[in-house]
Amino acid sequence: MSVLKDTAQKALQTAISFVPDRWLPGAEPDPMRTKHGLIGAPVSRVDGPLKVEGKARFAAEVPYENMAYAALACSTISRGRIAALETAKAEAAPGVLLVMTYRNAPRMAPPPVMNSAPKAAGASDLPVMQDADIHWNGEPVALVLAETQEQADYAKSLIRVTYDLEPAITSFDVAKTRAHPPENILGEPSSIEFGDAEAALNGAAHRVDLMYRTPRYNHNAIELHAATVAWEGDKLTIHDATQMVNSTAWTVAQVFGLKEEQVRVLSPYVGGGFGGKCLWNHQILAAAASKLAGRPVRIALSREEVFRIVGGRTTTEQRVAIGAKPDGTLAALIHTGVAAMTTHNSCPEQFTFPARHLYAADTLKVAQDVADMDMVANTFMRAPGESIGTFALECAVDELAETMQLDPIELRRRIEPEKDPTTGHAFSSRNLIEAYRRGAEKFGWDKRDPTPRARRKGEWLIGMGCATATYPYYRMPGGAARIRLTREGRAIVSTAVHEMGMGTSTVQQQHVAARLGMSFDAVTFEYGDSTLPAGSMAGGSSQTASISATIIAATEALTKELLKLAGNDSPLAGLKPDQVEARNGGLCKRDEPDRFESYASILGRSQRQEVTCEASGPLPLEAQKYSMHSYGAQFCEMRVNMVTGETRVSRFLGSFDTGRILNSMTATSQFKGGIIMGLGLALTEETNFDARFGRIMNPSLAEYHVPVHMDVPRIDVIWNDIPDPHSPLGAHGIGEIGITGVGAAVANAVYNATGKRVRELPITLDKLL
Amino acid sequence: MQGSIQLEISRRVLLISSAATIAVNGVVTRDAAAQAAGSQMNNTEVSFVVNAESRKLNVDNRTTLLDALREHLHLTGTKKGCDHGQCGACTVMVDGRRINSCLTLVVMHEGDEITTIEGLGQPGNLHPMQAAFIKHDGFQCGYCTPGQICSSVAMLEEIKANIPSHVTENLTAETKTTPTEIRERMSGNICRCGAYSNIVDAIAEVAGTKA
Repeated sequence: MSVLKDTAQKALQTAISFVPDRWLPGAEPDPMRTKHGLIGAPVSRVDGPLKVEGKARFAAEVPYENMAYAALACSTISRGRIAALETAKAEAAPGVLLVMTYRNAPRMAPPPVMNSAPKAAGASDLPVMQDADIHWNGEPVALVLAETQEQADYAKSLIRVTYDLEPAITSFDVAKTRAHPPENILGEPSSIEFGDAEAALNGAAHRVDLMYRTPRYNHNAIELHAATVAWEGDKLTIHDATQMVNSTAWTVAQVFGLKEEQVRVLSPYVGGGFGGKCLWNHQILAAAASKLAGRPVRIALSREEVFRIVGGRTTTEQRVAIGAKPDGTLAALIHTGVAAMTTHNSCPEQFTFPARHLYAADTLKVAQDVADMDMVANTFMRAPGESIGTFALECAVDELAETMQLDPIELRRRIEPEKDPTTGHAFSSRNLIEAYRRGAEKFGWDKRDPTPRARRKGEWLIGMGCATATYPYYRMPGGAARIRLTREGRAIVSTAVHEMGMGTSTVQQQHVAARLGMSFDAVTFEYGDSTLPAGSMAGGSSQTASISATIIAATEALTKELLKLAGNDSPLAGLKPDQVEARNGGLCKRDEPDRFESYASILGRSQRQEVTCEASGPLPLEAQKYSMHSYGAQFCEMRVNMVTGETRVSRFLGSFDTGRILNSMTATSQFKGGIIMGLGLALTEETNFDARFGRIMNPSLAEYHVPVHMDVPRIDVIWNDIPDPHSPLGAHGIGEIGITGVGAAVANAVYNATGKRVRELPITLDKLL
Repeated sequence: MQGSIQLEISRRVLLISSAATIAVNGVVTRDAAAQAAGSQMNNTEVSFVVNAESRKLNVDNRTTLLDALREHLHLTGTKKGCDHGQCGACTVMVDGRRINSCLTLVVMHEGDEITTIEGLGQPGNLHPMQAAFIKHDGFQCGYCTPGQICSSVAMLEEIKANIPSHVTENLTAETKTTPTEIRERMSGNICRCGAYSNIVDAIAEVAGTKA
């Protein structure tokens, strides 16, 4: 970040801090935050029937006449140049239409990398198949297009590539000796220090100073990355599995030198995303091949290719040092470390973010570096940074509590800050201690014996652990929503957002029904198509707040328009928008509900079939003025076998503080899903990276162990349900908070069971024997 | 223990099928076979019944049952998640038994009766398992769901047939549909969204037991 931009941002923040609450978007509390209707109710998913019938059509399932199938050949080296590329045999193989390499691929601009422009979606800004240079082991070097997938796959095996090797950095141990601070971390400074934290640590009555290590992880959504693409003249349609339809359309347009409107991206269903379903090389390559062949193309990556072409969560080494005073408050909090990264992406894995906002300390030092490696660009994976950052921080807090002979929850009570420790902003809504209180009560924390190895059943040691969950509140600028209200009493709401199983469409249908005073079934929610009004991406747990803000804005515009149409003959005559509210399919005066006219009546009298309003959400200034985060308390009960070292999670409870919950059923499922991915992070998952050759060694679901049915115990989920007065609907996004804190809760429970502190994930049995 | 014997047979068939897969791949990576492919010698006609409808296909011998369903018959309810028998998303029923359709070639299914998710229930007339998955929110993204549902329907039949699992404590008694039995037997169907406990609730309801 330039000094200029830095200064401008500081000036803006200072200005915002003087803005009175009522002028801030979202600061005048949304009246819907306490009204119910169907908001909060356990409404079944609107796309449920299609999904259980197998009728929800995913990206690789869109049929086209005359479609061709693509297969990719990938680099087997990490850095160098293609010396020879033999494709003749593949080209001659049955059914093959063409073999595309850097020699014959259309000229394409590199995709603008994420965060370099508002709609930039590139996972990296490397050129895609434009030259002989190789940047990572797994980079596609050729694409075979054939009449059938079988023919394409076979022909690919006939391609021979030789390389001129160049020295590659494929060892994290080597790379980290040259680690350096990144320019910024998601717009935040890479390091912050106040006071002399090291000196305060040395002088503290109690202290811990520990190193933690976390491995690479992959998202492994069960739907393989896939796209079906077709050109019609100079217009490109991409049926994609993506978390960002608008950004994909814009970025692909830059690659092919098109206008954004010439690229249409559709993605009505996404078979799991978790941060991984964004723009990677395969969509671009499929579009390029389709252009060359003049035929629609389907590309579906194999599971191995998903590991090698789509990046995941990167590896880190983290130091957490905490010094406490005799009264249990903190003299020093230090969280530093290094994450592996490439020079061509923008995802530095913000593992120091939790320590910036979570606890009060007299002095603080956070600093994170990146170590440049030759590998596939890493990317955002469910709570990037926070998931593994809370592992280190919350394990260290547990170790400190033990040193002080203090209950770990009591320690957290004593270090609860009054305002944000780094920004000094007031918290918009923070009820972490309440989440701990409710969680501890329901979980039976009082039955925990603080002495390790105290509980035993047969050859199983049993222990309990807890940890704090935290994830920021984000709302994205730039989205819009359109509401079409018809005389028949239907509302159709459109915005180019995403449904990956979070319940987006269901929840927003609940929201619109409540906000317009209509029945749930009278509302249709359209999404997943870049030709709709631009929507928010599904990332950073921001989508629900972002959509809600645009719907609020569109509803306000609609109310204004309806009052205008109602005119002087209406019971609503003379009323201003802020004097009315929606109810029973119409508008009424807020404090005089009998002054009512239905939408049908208003449209009828004004001889309109329908009325349409579109509006953008206001800038997310609330997050500049307040410290806005979600919180939670994770509780785990572990059983560890004394003979084999096997671990079993026997119980888990998550107690969350995430503002208002909008659908208790889908929210419970999403929290549980986050916790389960956290159990994988803690116990079983690890992408093995060959430090010699830079190749991922376990690119399959047989060797990369995501939790299965048998690994997952009963999980209880509770929440405070305290609305945030400064967010739309009083809600926070909840997609990512569930995974945070889980690694530490598990590790702390393992310690309580066995007396062993494992500071390197995953906690496999070899580390316990 | 009729079911148990049937299972043994099916395992053997599966082993043979795996060997066949390897053999076919081994052959086709030779140039000679590639030339043969050009003369359509690698194609076979196969007739089978899919969702109570007779179907006839002329397919490349390398085509898996999964790809035949998805790409040739456009029955895309059956999903591809790994193509290696590791995730279970492609689970269908062949003659009433569940199978990973990615691990078997379609040419091996001459005369077989295949049931996919599309054949299990229809809109407005869902199979009880489909309805239970909706009721218990047994999915999020919905991608592994058809496989979970097909697998669970056939799995309950396996328990009825008294086929034991790794967690069955008493091999001589009648197998009970406990949550642990369900979890063990469903562990071949991965759900990355983590709907596991809801899926167990749905299956338990259909089985008439409490999860």
